[in-house]
Amino acid sequence: MDSCPVVKNILLLDSEGKRVAVKYYSDDWPTNNAKLAFEKSLFAKTMKSNARTEAEITMFDSNIVIYKFVQDLHFYVTGGEDENELILAAVLQGFFDSVTLLLRSNVDKREALENLDLIFLCLDEIVERGMILETDANVIAGKVAVNSMDPTAPLSEQTIGQALATAREHLTRTLFQ
Amino acid sequence: MAQPLVKKDDDHDDEAEYSPFLGIEKGAVLQEARVFNDPQLDPRRCSQVITKLLYLLNQGDSFTKTEATEVFFSVTKLFQSKDFGLRRMVYLIIKELSPSADEVIIVTSSLMKDMNSKTDMYRANAIRVLCRITDGTLLTQIERYLKQAIVDKNPVVASAALVSGIHLLQTNPVIVKRWSNEVQEAVQSRAALVQFHALALLQQIRQNDRLAVSKLVTSLTRGTVRSPLAQCLLIRYATQVIRESANTQTGDRPFYDFLESCLRHKAEMVIFEAARAITELSGVTNRELTPAITVLQLFLSSSKPVLRFAAVRTLNKNAGESDFGDGVVGTFVLCPSESARVLFTRGVCEILNCSIFIDVDYLKRFIIILFGNFHIIYADHDLNILQVAMTHPMAVTNCNIDMESLISDQNRSIATLAITTLLKTGNESSVDRLMKQITNFMSDIADEFKIVVVEAIRSLCLKFPLKYRSLMNFLSNILREEGGFEYKKAIVDSIVILIRDIPEAKESGLLHLCEFIEDCEFTYLSTQILHFLGIEGPKTTDPSKYIRYIYNRVHLENATVRAAAVSTLAKFGAMVDALKPRIFVLLRRCIFDSDDEVRDRTTLYLSTLGGDGEVVETDRDTKTFLFGDLDIPLVNLETSLTNYEPSEEPFDIDSVPKEVKSQPLAEKKAPGKKPTGLGAPPAGPPSTADAYERLLSSIPEFSDFGKLFKSSAPVELTEAETEYAVNVVKHIFDRHVVFQYNCTNTIPEQLLENVSVIVDSSEADNFAEVASKPLRSLPYDTPGQNFVAFEKPEGITAVGKFSNTLRFIVKEVDPTTGEAEDDGVEDEYQLEDLEVVAADYMMKVGVSNFRNAWESMGDDFEHVDEYGLGPRENLAEAVIAVINLLGMQPCEGTEVVATNSRSHTCLLSGVFLGNVRVLVRLQFGIHGSRDVAMKLAVRSEDEAVRDTIHEIVSSG
Repeated sequence: MDSCPVVKNILLLDSEGKRVAVKYYSDDWPTNNAKLAFEKSLFAKTMKSNARTEAEITMFDSNIVIYKFVQDLHFYVTGGEDENELILAAVLQGFFDSVTLLLRSNVDKREALENLDLIFLCLDEIVERGMILETDANVIAGKVAVNSMDPTAPLSEQTIGQALATAREHLTRTLFQ
Repeated sequence: MAQPLVKKDDDHDDEAEYSPFLGIEKGAVLQEARVFNDPQLDPRRCSQVITKLLYLLNQGDSFTKTEATEVFFSVTKLFQSKDFGLRRMVYLIIKELSPSADEVIIVTSSLMKDMNSKTDMYRANAIRVLCRITDGTLLTQIERYLKQAIVDKNPVVASAALVSGIHLLQTNPVIVKRWSNEVQEAVQSRAALVQFHALALLQQIRQNDRLAVSKLVTSLTRGTVRSPLAQCLLIRYATQVIRESANTQTGDRPFYDFLESCLRHKAEMVIFEAARAITELSGVTNRELTPAITVLQLFLSSSKPVLRFAAVRTLNKNAGESDFGDGVVGTFVLCPSESARVLFTRGVCEILNCSIFIDVDYLKRFIIILFGNFHIIYADHDLNILQVAMTHPMAVTNCNIDMESLISDQNRSIATLAITTLLKTGNESSVDRLMKQITNFMSDIADEFKIVVVEAIRSLCLKFPLKYRSLMNFLSNILREEGGFEYKKAIVDSIVILIRDIPEAKESGLLHLCEFIEDCEFTYLSTQILHFLGIEGPKTTDPSKYIRYIYNRVHLENATVRAAAVSTLAKFGAMVDALKPRIFVLLRRCIFDSDDEVRDRTTLYLSTLGGDGEVVETDRDTKTFLFGDLDIPLVNLETSLTNYEPSEEPFDIDSVPKEVKSQPLAEKKAPGKKPTGLGAPPAGPPSTADAYERLLSSIPEFSDFGKLFKSSAPVELTEAETEYAVNVVKHIFDRHVVFQYNCTNTIPEQLLENVSVIVDSSEADNFAEVASKPLRSLPYDTPGQNFVAFEKPEGITAVGKFSNTLRFIVKEVDPTTGEAEDDGVEDEYQLEDLEVVAADYMMKVGVSNFRNAWESMGDDFEHVDEYGLGPRENLAEAVIAVINLLGMQPCEGTEVVATNSRSHTCLLSGVFLGNVRVLVRLQFGIHGSRDVAMKLAVRSEDEAVRDTIHEIVSSG
């Protein structure tokens, strides 16, 4: 597996460092306590940085962690120290954008918890046991959003397009704030 | 415009801390899960309950075995519902519950039904779930569907099957390897990610077949690769092929053009992957490097932190972790007859675009102009081949201006990397300015980055010894500040190295260490420093000033440190006769210590150091007894002691093997340098003397050969990527030599039987073949050993050349069944020649204190003579040539020759056949005409061995 890009974990934490949804793909953290300890120190290390406009990056315990914050949500993607940083950044961007699409641009903790099933499905569509499945937010959100109505119906292009437009608008607003 | 958002924030404050999962409890949720059993399923409600279960698991709650089983069984009922959203949640929860083998059976049929459903989403998800929970037996049943799915026209289905294949390859390689035709087809898919997943799987299926990987890379670099991820993979595989073909390389590097073209790709991740790959190529030339550095330089000024970080980290690595090892400029073939002329095969000739003979002086000037500095890292016996290494400070220096602006980057990781890169590439004049900037920000960064800075400072200090004062000051300042063990250890190690390598820094460095142990919370560091003080302190001009610091330990520390302090005191007493009476006074006080070990040590020293503490010279025997080295690697001693069974016979210290696994130069010079995951060369076979000894003694034919003296490192007898890979290890006994041929069959379709090596020893006069042990069968990819033994006269360093042929019977193997055909064909395979040289009879064994060892041998056992070595380019070449000829261990770093020096002394140590200790002192001088003269002084207790060494030199 060494020469294939591998994601070690994806984390979504709240503004106090508590879990909203997390997914671990490697054995580096065998117990729940080890995972919590990792999350705690990672959060402490990164909470002060300004990762709201551009994704930030750090080395942490011989891992590379790329992160991005919005409102009271903190997104993290971790990979090994020899991983291509930009591949991990693409995974983070895919996760971040698809969550933005799925939550119709209301990206905050409350909305995320209320749609936790979508977040879980989203994580499931991005990485399978460390292997990257998809990084394109439109495709990911498309796969998750096919809902109970009619699985065979093709995904309406317009809905996604609209959602994306709203997301963009939202982003600009945050920027100009 | 910002109005609505602010309003929304207000809303939030009102109902802060609201969560749909507030007060959730496992027991209650498990109760709720009963709705799964309702005859009339409510999909929405069921989905909500599953989300709650997933939430609990995600928060770290765990279910007991019974709870999990119960939930799992009720979840299986949900397959009755046709609701798509609910089905997705069912897939998720099954994966999370990871059911046991007997439970899996319950869902198998439902999942297999979904796998054949008309809905693509069902199929893709069912494949992933089934492959996740399945075991080998079920896999054979669904194999057919998976093969179809791989080439399915829906990309999601194909990707699901391929990714599952990648995971299954770890557990069921045989089955997955049968899919290679389908995977091959999927590599050509038009869907970007399918191609990525297929490429990853195909490479893993074929990773042991270098030729196939090479072909795959060749065909894809010419074709179209659709996704950036797949392109990154391709770059990694291409570098792997480059790395593996490095040994046999002549002329142009394969795939460099491909890597270079990727620097112009539209996706940043591909550009970066390619740039990184180029900088990690072994022996990369400046011309190859420049485009990659240019790209990285652009990234340095990007607005995205991730890009800046990636670029600065790569440049930092490339700025050279050590002066050796990195970046082989080229392999030069010198013609011994015309040593003034050079033909170089690779490297500089690419820059000059020529492959001609060039004057050495011209070449040297050229290299200096191009690269600043270079070192000879390897030269063979006859100086036919000379390998030159250097780092690429010049290339990276171009980025220094961009790098300077990153020192104040908001992202601390980026700032630290930038500053350490600057330290590595900076020149002497910029040191002070940089040190000032670092001091400002040291307190802000984490320990792990502080260690990076300390290491950078250390190498800087070795590079600019004149600057040691400010650098040593910096180190001592940070030593006083707060910090963890690893950080403190890195600082102490750095100071120790500086003391060792820069004589002027010794006194101040030792005092810094003394001050540090006054207030050091780490026992390990205290004892290490005390030990070091014991060695270095007595050699200083005023040893007495250290005593106070050492004796303070005896009062203030724990038993371990106290014992170490006692030993150090005793060392001062033994080495500095003038201090002895005073030391004795101090030692006598330690007799009343509360700890056994401390008291024992004190008593031992007091009684052995003798006298009543008068100013008398301590005799040499006592010194060797107390402080001398065992001259045995501690690891070997440990193994021998563990193997020793208590009996009448006392433990014999001479029976401990002295062979140390010799470290390549690069490793010694760069402690802590980890090979990077991708750039790491494959680890060599473990070659411990013990393992060989056990192997050989288990073969009856060789059991009466006596004790194994030495085993050589494996010598390759075949080119890389040939059908059969063979290397040989030379085992030297008193009267015998055994060749161990390690053979590997790299063709899956072949089984070799009755494999033997036919050795022609007509060019090796003193050797007579006595036994050979053929190999009965050699299946694919399972290494096997062949042995051929020769007899030689005792005590004579017989040398000679042997030509080898591999003879065997080939049988075809059916790849699907793995069965071999009955009939085979006899065949032969020519291997390369093998030589036994004088150095094979010499073991590299170092001594820690050469002078002591040399003097203790005395000049009665010395044999001195002078030799002319003829014209040489410089002294370094001559020194390396003689070291390689004798095969001895250079001591005290004397193998390194200062540039442009006219004379040099080199100290060597080793153990010759028959376990005879040999010490050699070589004194070289170079005359105006480049003629090198050498005075060779050999000390050994065995006269014959002394003469042999001289014979080797005079005939070599």
